[in-house]
Amino acid sequence: MKLQVSNLNSHYGPAHILYDVGLEVGAGEVVALLGRNGAGKSTTFRSIVGLVPQRAGTVVFDGEDVSALPTYEIVRRGLGYVPEDRRIFNQLTVEENFMVGRQAPRPGVATWSPEQLYVLFPNLGEMRKRPGGQMSGGEQQMLTIGRTLMGNPSLVLLDEPSEGLAPKIVEQMADAILTMKKQGLSIVISEQNLHFAKLISDRAYIIEKGRIRFSGTMADLEANPEIRDAYLAV
Amino acid sequence: MEFLLVQALSGLASAASLFLVASGLSIIFGVTRIVNFAHGAFYMLGAYVAYMLTTRLAGPIGFWGAILAASVIVAAMGALMEMVLLRRIYHAPELFQLLATFGVTLMVQDLVVVIWGPEDLLGPRAPGLAGAVSLFGRMVPTYDLFLMVLGPVVLGALWLLFHQTRWGVLVRAATQDREMVAALGVNQKWLFTGVFALGVFLAALGGALQIPRTTVTHTMDLSVIVEVFVVVVIGGLGSVLGAFVAAIIVAELNAFGILILPQISLIMVFLVMAVVLVVRPWGLFGKAESAPRPAAGLTIRPWRPFSTAERVAVAVAVAAVATLPFFLGNYALTVGAEILIFVLFAASLHFIMTVGGLASFGHAAYFGLGAYGAAFMVKFLGAPMEAALLVGPVLGLVGAVLFGWFCVRLSGVYFAMLTLAFAQIAWSIAFQWVDVTGGDNGLLGIWPSTWAARPQGFFWLALAVAVIGVGLLRMLVFSPFGYGLRAVRDSTLRAEAIGLDRARLQWAAFVVAGTFAGIAGALYAFLKGSVFPDFMGIPTSVDGLVMVLLGGIETVSGAVVGAVLYKALAIWLMSQTDLSKLVLGAVIVVVVLAFPKGVVGFIEDMRHRWFAPKKAAAEAATLAKVEAAR
Repeated sequence: MKLQVSNLNSHYGPAHILYDVGLEVGAGEVVALLGRNGAGKSTTFRSIVGLVPQRAGTVVFDGEDVSALPTYEIVRRGLGYVPEDRRIFNQLTVEENFMVGRQAPRPGVATWSPEQLYVLFPNLGEMRKRPGGQMSGGEQQMLTIGRTLMGNPSLVLLDEPSEGLAPKIVEQMADAILTMKKQGLSIVISEQNLHFAKLISDRAYIIEKGRIRFSGTMADLEANPEIRDAYLAV
Repeated sequence: MEFLLVQALSGLASAASLFLVASGLSIIFGVTRIVNFAHGAFYMLGAYVAYMLTTRLAGPIGFWGAILAASVIVAAMGALMEMVLLRRIYHAPELFQLLATFGVTLMVQDLVVVIWGPEDLLGPRAPGLAGAVSLFGRMVPTYDLFLMVLGPVVLGALWLLFHQTRWGVLVRAATQDREMVAALGVNQKWLFTGVFALGVFLAALGGALQIPRTTVTHTMDLSVIVEVFVVVVIGGLGSVLGAFVAAIIVAELNAFGILILPQISLIMVFLVMAVVLVVRPWGLFGKAESAPRPAAGLTIRPWRPFSTAERVAVAVAVAAVATLPFFLGNYALTVGAEILIFVLFAASLHFIMTVGGLASFGHAAYFGLGAYGAAFMVKFLGAPMEAALLVGPVLGLVGAVLFGWFCVRLSGVYFAMLTLAFAQIAWSIAFQWVDVTGGDNGLLGIWPSTWAARPQGFFWLALAVAVIGVGLLRMLVFSPFGYGLRAVRDSTLRAEAIGLDRARLQWAAFVVAGTFAGIAGALYAFLKGSVFPDFMGIPTSVDGLVMVLLGGIETVSGAVVGAVLYKALAIWLMSQTDLSKLVLGAVIVVVVLAFPKGVVGFIEDMRHRWFAPKKAAAEAATLAKVEAAR
């Protein structure tokens, strides 16, 4: 198992946000974490990488319990995180944004260079010296993913990569994610967009009000429309 | 003409050190969001350590080696302070960090005198640069020429560091989003420490390089910190290039101000700063802060007026204090009156800081204006104390109306800096307009009426004024005006969307705070029997800040307790030890570490934990939801 999360409970102050969240990701798997706005998707990701101060439970990554480690230590073990709001460094150029994400090569994992990322996201190759603040939403989304890939992660948490993007860019994004998958990367992707999730995912979890309500293959989910209607339909 | 050119060159030489210190402050602020008040102290330490080393090491290598070694040693001290003190309080309200570094400044001031003595020290000239060069028929020190070259060289080196090295890129990234940098695998703890060491290194270098130009004194920290604040604000916080340009502007203004308008030379710089902030609120090269944090954090327990029981308790306490003149001697009563006056002063600052959400660094201006107002009434109109006490504070009100109009256009650190600038302008006017204010000699013979001339009478007067003043301020907090202010503070956009006029509300709050400070100042004039420019000096403003933060910024009336504790402690220490600043600074540091919510905030927390644990948990849950929704 690449990533094993169990009994994750997170609080903002004494407000309980996540209840015993558990999920597993196999090596090279793409897993979707589905749920409505405010269901707890982002908090799950932020808790896994240690950005939520008050959290309990275990996060086992590559066989090592990382739940007590500070964020940068977790990330340095190859667990990459792409935040929902992108959080591009506006004043830094594309190249410099990549430089911030750079980490040493990791044995047994695909190593990324800026040149390879410009192949994956050709748009970025044309604006290497442009400050992040002067890019479109889609370009920023590519940049934030590329920046995390610069750390040569073996698993990536992608928080709503299709949010707010034009349909054409969403397709590009799906292609890029499939390319990453081919490289052997494990991916957890949080989504509200079931259609997008179906394009790329092997399995799915559904989270609702901080609890995991469903776990199964995409085919299982397809076969149970009542689950989709209960937890995902608006 | 030649003379002007030489004067301009001299200004450029002064700009070099100013730039070094300011760029260090700017870099530190950019990444850590800490306004490092101790920056001036490190500048001074750089000069002292360099003095110590240069007088022991001979030859060019010895001299320049000593300058560099001194800067490195002081940088290590800075890193130590960051690791031991600041790391613990990065999550505290940002003014608390300022308070902590202020505590360190106080300690350094005394330590320097203990180690190196109170005399001014004259270090060696720079080997090889001791002479002067003839330029346009006038002599220019070679060392000045060296400094002129050094400024741009350091600017270039910093640019390379921040743009051509990964460390520099990380620093720039962290300036924008620290958490994201951590989420990309960077240990930001060491990044912060590194940045702090670099900033302090630059400050110490700026100080060390002053040795061949001026004497080393134990007051050079405060004089430089004010100028550096001005430079950083004009240039834009976080911008190194801005610090460079602004250092030149400020140094040239100083150099020419003396020539052209000696009477208002001190004001010029601050006037320029005020103009820059009004036209470009984030400085010449600064960038708008995305979301300025309000001075007061989220209040966990909503404020409420006193309950009946609490009112009775307060009334009993006031009555008890009112009986003190029957037990205490004259000295104790005079001290008591002084404390009461500062209670009112601190409460007025507390009002603008916590209810208004605007941290003023120059609140002493209105205190001083009130004092001068009262003194003018006595001196020029021969008015009795009663009339002077009523009319004097109007000068504080007028000052607050005028300065406040400019200040409320800004928020956060920039607001604080502009208030500081206006206070310095007011101070400079009082200092330089000798015909009216008596300048440094002050105005003497401001004595109270007969009934208040004895310490007992004056104590009662001060008590009455303080109680009424604090009571009125509390009433304002719980008036529609107070609610509007807090709405504007907590969510400016939403408040404006429901029709509240942010600028006008905050302006009104500024005037209210200034007026009450003026009342306190007028009383103070009669307590001391005199008025001096230092009434509106930076130390008075900082005293007020310490009182507010000590009491607790998230409380309604914490400043009252903070003022009593701080003033009593300060006066008592002054009588007990020559090292009062050392002890006071240490106390401030300890309090910041032990009571990050202030003394009253701490007591309230305890009270709720012991007496209403369930209610406290529910309140905290509400807060958590609010934070989660942000």
